[in-house]
Amino acid sequence: MHISEGVLSPPVLITGAALTGVGLVLGLKTLKAEKIPEVAVLSSTFFVASLIHIPIGPSSAHLVLNGLVGLLLGWSAFPAIFLGLLLQALIFQFGGLTTLGVNTFAMAFPPVVLSYILRRFLKKDKYSLTFTVSFLVGFLSIIFSAILIGIALYFTEKSFTPVIITLLGAHFPIAIVEGFITSFIMLYLLKVKPEVVL
Amino acid sequence: MHLEVFAEGNSFFHSLDPRVKILVFIPFAILCAISKGIIIPLLYFMLSLIFILIAKPNLKVFLNRLAGANFFILFIWIFIPLSYKSNPYISLGFLKLSYKGLEYALSITLKCNAIIFATIALLSTSTIFSLAHAMLHLKFPSKLVTIFFLFYRYITVMHEEYIKIKRAVLARGFKPGTNLHTYRTYAYIVGALLIKSFERSEEIYKAMLARGFKGFFPLFEHFKLKKLDVAFAIFANFIVISIYLLGIYK
Repeated sequence: MHISEGVLSPPVLITGAALTGVGLVLGLKTLKAEKIPEVAVLSSTFFVASLIHIPIGPSSAHLVLNGLVGLLLGWSAFPAIFLGLLLQALIFQFGGLTTLGVNTFAMAFPPVVLSYILRRFLKKDKYSLTFTVSFLVGFLSIIFSAILIGIALYFTEKSFTPVIITLLGAHFPIAIVEGFITSFIMLYLLKVKPEVVL
Repeated sequence: MHLEVFAEGNSFFHSLDPRVKILVFIPFAILCAISKGIIIPLLYFMLSLIFILIAKPNLKVFLNRLAGANFFILFIWIFIPLSYKSNPYISLGFLKLSYKGLEYALSITLKCNAIIFATIALLSTSTIFSLAHAMLHLKFPSKLVTIFFLFYRYITVMHEEYIKIKRAVLARGFKPGTNLHTYRTYAYIVGALLIKSFERSEEIYKAMLARGFKGFFPLFEHFKLKKLDVAFAIFANFIVISIYLLGIYK
C-alpha cells in the first residue's frame, strides 16, 4: 500500500503533502494533552500489528487495520498513520519520505470519513449490526486507500493503468480479510473493555 | 526488537549533528524526487552512493532493504515499457518495447534508489530519539514529536507483549491457515494488545502528570554544532543544488 520514492510526479507529491498537512493540523488540534499517551501507545500497537502476517490462500499479507485506527482514534488517525509510515521509512525503508504525504492521506482519509459516518452504529448489544458496520469500515478503508493510491499513480502517468488494475485486484482479498479481522476485534473490544471504543 | 540496525557504527555520518543531516536530506530528497530524465537522477544516484560508501552500513541488511524497496519498481519495469504509448519501439521478437518507456523506468529506478541510499546514510545513521530531538529544534509541532517519542518507546514493549501472547497461542496447538478460526484468533490477539496498551497508556499518563507534564517534553540535552557539521551542510547542499541547476540550464 505504500508507494516508493521517485515514482510520483511533483504535482501529485505536493497535493498529497498539502492534504496530509491539513489532516495533521486537524488531528493535532482536536487532540487533548491527556489523550497523547493513549494515541501514542495505541499507535505502537497498530505498528506491531502491521508486522503480523496473516495467511491468505497460498500467500500472506501483513495486517493494515487502518479502518480500526479510524474507528478508535478519529482524526488522530492522521498523526498515528503519519508517524507509523515515517518510522517504517526510517528504519525499514518501506514506502518513502517524499511520498509520506500521499501515502498518509491515502491510508488515513478513507477510515476517518467512514468511521465518522458509521461509528454511531457500533452498539455493545447489537451483535450483527456491529459486525456488519465494522466489516464495512475495515473492507472499504482498504479498497478506498487502494483507489486513492491508484489515482495518485494515474495522475503521474497514464501508462500506469495496468499496474493500477493489478494493485486493485491484489487488494481485494486483503480487504475481505481486513473486514473480518476488524469486526472480530471490534466485538472483542466491546465485550471486554468497551471504554476503548466508546 | 532490533530496529535501529543502521544507527550502530562509527562512520563520519554517525558522528554528524542530526539537525545537519536532516537539513541536507530534505533538499536532496525533494530535488531528486522532482528531477527529470536520466542524467540528473544518475548524478544524484552517484552522490548518494558516495554517502553510502562513507556511512558503511551493514551490507546484508542494506541489500535486503534495497530488494524490498525495489519490489514495486520491478512492476514498473514489467508494465511500463510494454504499455507506454510512444515511438520509437525496440522490437524483441513479438514484443514491442517503447524506448521512452524504458527511459522512464530507468529514471524512476535511479531516483528511488538515490533517495533510499540518502535515507540510510543520512537519517538511519542517527537513533530515532535523536532524530525526534532534532525535529523539535527544527520547529516540527511539539505535540507530534511528543507522540513520536512515546509511540517509538512503546513499540518494543507492545512487541514483547505480542511475543508472549503468540507463544501461549502456539503452545496450545494453533496452526494458522486461510480460515475464519485463524482470523478470529489473530483478531483476539490484536484486541488483547489494544486493551493492554489502553491500560498502559493510562498508567503512563498518571506517571507523566506526577512528573509535571504540561503537554510537551522540555529539551534536556542539547546538540553542539561543530565546525565540521557546518562545513558539511554547506558543501553537501552546494552539490545537491548545483546538480539540480545543471538540469535546468542544460
